[in-house]
Amino acid sequence: MSDTVSPNEGQAEAGGKGLSGYLLGHMREFGLLFALIAIMVFFEIVTGGTLMRPINITNLFLQNSYIIIMALGMLIVIVGGNIDLSVGSVMGFIGALAAVMIVNWDWSVYMAIPACLLVGVLIGAAQGYWVAYWNIPSFIVTLAGMLVFRGLSLWLLQGQSIGPFPREFQALSTGFIPDLFGVDRPNVTALVVGAVVVAIIVWTGLRKRNRNVAYGIEAEPMPFFVVRNAIVAGAFMFLVYKLSTFRGLPNVLITMGVLFIIYAFITEQTTLGRRIYALGGNKKAAKLSGIATERLTFLTFVNMGFLAALAGLIFAARLNTATPKAGFALELDVIAAVFIGGASMSGGVGKIVGAVVGAFIMGVMNNGMSIMGIGIDYQQVIKGLVLLAAVIFDVYNKQKQG
Amino acid sequence: MGTLLEMQSITKTFPGVKALDEVNLRVQEGEIHALVGENGAGKSTLMKVLSGVYPHGSYDGEILYAGNPARFAGISDSEREGIIIIHQELALVPLLSIAENLFLGNERATGGIMNWQETFRRSEELLRRVGLKEAPGTLVDKIGVGKQQLVEIAKALAKDVRLLILDEPTAALSESDSQALLDLLLELKAQGVTSIIISHKLNEVRRVADSITVIRDGSTVSTIDAKTEKVTEDRIVRDMVGRDMSHRYPDRERRAGEVLFEVKNWNVFHPEHSERQIVQDVNFTVRAGEVVGIAGLMGAGRTELAMSIFGGSYGQNISGEVFLRGQPINTSSVRSAIDSGLAYVTEDRKELGLILEETIQTNITLANLPGVSSSGVLNGAEETKVAERYRKAMNIRTPSVVQRVMNLSGGNQQKVVLSKWLFAGPEVLILDEPTRGIDVGAKYEIYNIINDLSREGKGVLMISSEMPELLGMCDRIYVMNEGEFVGELTAAEASQERIMSLIVTE
Repeated sequence: MSDTVSPNEGQAEAGGKGLSGYLLGHMREFGLLFALIAIMVFFEIVTGGTLMRPINITNLFLQNSYIIIMALGMLIVIVGGNIDLSVGSVMGFIGALAAVMIVNWDWSVYMAIPACLLVGVLIGAAQGYWVAYWNIPSFIVTLAGMLVFRGLSLWLLQGQSIGPFPREFQALSTGFIPDLFGVDRPNVTALVVGAVVVAIIVWTGLRKRNRNVAYGIEAEPMPFFVVRNAIVAGAFMFLVYKLSTFRGLPNVLITMGVLFIIYAFITEQTTLGRRIYALGGNKKAAKLSGIATERLTFLTFVNMGFLAALAGLIFAARLNTATPKAGFALELDVIAAVFIGGASMSGGVGKIVGAVVGAFIMGVMNNGMSIMGIGIDYQQVIKGLVLLAAVIFDVYNKQKQG
Repeated sequence: MGTLLEMQSITKTFPGVKALDEVNLRVQEGEIHALVGENGAGKSTLMKVLSGVYPHGSYDGEILYAGNPARFAGISDSEREGIIIIHQELALVPLLSIAENLFLGNERATGGIMNWQETFRRSEELLRRVGLKEAPGTLVDKIGVGKQQLVEIAKALAKDVRLLILDEPTAALSESDSQALLDLLLELKAQGVTSIIISHKLNEVRRVADSITVIRDGSTVSTIDAKTEKVTEDRIVRDMVGRDMSHRYPDRERRAGEVLFEVKNWNVFHPEHSERQIVQDVNFTVRAGEVVGIAGLMGAGRTELAMSIFGGSYGQNISGEVFLRGQPINTSSVRSAIDSGLAYVTEDRKELGLILEETIQTNITLANLPGVSSSGVLNGAEETKVAERYRKAMNIRTPSVVQRVMNLSGGNQQKVVLSKWLFAGPEVLILDEPTRGIDVGAKYEIYNIINDLSREGKGVLMISSEMPELLGMCDRIYVMNEGEFVGELTAAEASQERIMSLIVTE
């Protein structure tokens, strides 16, 4: 999954220290990936094979899609040195707004969706304005936002649930890509898409690696590269195969995948992304290097508002109803995912891949523990401890690297 | 009187730099001992070793204090023995009262409950002892730096100080505040307090010190007993510098071209207190290939001048005009200043110049990302190539350009900052204390880089608190005092005395 040599995380000292040296230097990146795989294997065993059943894997994606989508935006906000506590409420509010527009006012879905996304953008802009141009701490602005939008969604819904939605709206979340090859079980389209994605992952990884070798940057040792890519490709194809034997690729998985690629590209390969890392790493130095720090901060919140709105639509579509409870305390799951994924509270550090893997770790644990019938009480305790352990592991690694 | 403190063969190494090499220091009970040396000579490091900031085991050598070996694991250990250090950056909490600050960490309390009567009564006593008339309840940020310095000393007295260490105590003080502070030191001496004072101001050293130890490049050069030997400033300076001035600064063929950069009628006001004028009617020029210095004391407004020109990064109600090659340029934002051909290398490299967590190459390209990207997409290969080019040209000592900047020494960090600005392609570089806190060898390399820039026809404006550096490097020196330019000297006219007299006669 993480094919790039991270520009943001600790590099091992150059000079051949061999496999173990390399592994030690990149503990964070591999540790996270292997942790996810280990957790999945663990729950696969203790749930007696239920976790990896095609229908459950499909459910895993559907259940976690909105968290992952918001984690993309949250990572950027946190890398920029801020935090957004309002996303759960904003998500609920947008779901409520969509319900009111579509169900109560009879708006067309194709009008309501853009309108809701626009409202999300405006909410992000309204909060970002105070943070960016007035230097009001984001914690406070978004804490206020959390209360305001929780209240507004209650007001919109009058305390009631509103639904159901028309089919085309539900398709946002519960629709599937039909098999273009007509086989259907297994869904050949899904398999083809999966194979293409794996090929792209390996190809870009190879390209990056060759470039690093050409420039004398310490590249991942070849055996390691092969083993890691084999694991990633194998795991990926395994999941896709499972999906293909159920109903194929969910629409929301495509949305997520496309967003993931776009945001990974923006953060790692563009000047915009680089500037956001600089902003979070040292705001004053970034400003004195000619970076428009205020505007950038503002944009990170606008983006967050947009993604929270999208998540709100997907959530409402999945439940097929808008409830006053929607998104309650969800901001905490999103933030936890980003920190488990290796982002730093002080900004400037963190990767999109990490945030997504972090969200999956949380999601698999939620799902696995529910299947096992572990009570919500224990679930919370365990999730809390995992978050703490992940961050302690991070800090410990950093201290060791000096 | 016996020996209170003896530091024997202290050696302390940081990655890449030997900061102290077999340093010896002997301080007699009840004296004022001055520790002098250039910036980066190792004075502050030595005092950090003494006070336990660098704990026992992180250095080599032995410390004998009051006759016994001292092995401090931290500041609290040395404070328990009555060794109190007052740093250049004051350690007061601005939003607490004087009384609260005096007993911070040393509270007058029983069972964790503050005894306010006792706190205030003792505070009044201590304030009287240091000659402060402020009420103990006054917030620290309401009093000036000079008085804050006295509060620091009172805080030391509250801890039953036996050996008081002051690191550049008068650097930020006005003349009269400085005098008051020195008088207080003499008075404390009469009460039996031993002090070590680190200072650049040799006249002050001569006035109060009983003995003087000179440190150069991390080694003890000499110890002078002021009671028996005649101390002249020349003698101290010779020991501090230790070699000919001509060798400390590389030669450069001096040929200034046309006027490249010009600032006219520049005025700047304080960012919070709009009535306070920080820079007043400043006019200056820099010619192509010229290195122009700005001399002045701390607080003269030099950094504020530079930052206000560089995209209005300091102050408000900024007025005046900036010209490049005779054309007015827009410097209203940092971006437009950079685009117009300016670069500003900040005084505070860690806070304002670098992103320490990031790699060398990320830092170098930061001010000119379009130079390594096309339509907003970064070209990683090009970025590495650029960074490698500067690594070679600047002699940045690092195994690779993807090394994080925080792992570099001060000198190499400074070269990264310079690389960043050179890659932005400026015509005029404003260098603010370009050699602060870096060792002598790296300084020489920085001077060479400055000379290369001048040879390429760039204009260099250099702010420095080290007068010898300005005298050694500059073609012309402006003297700034209290926000105004009070004089302009050519290289031939300039001397430390001339500069000082311009500052003093103002």
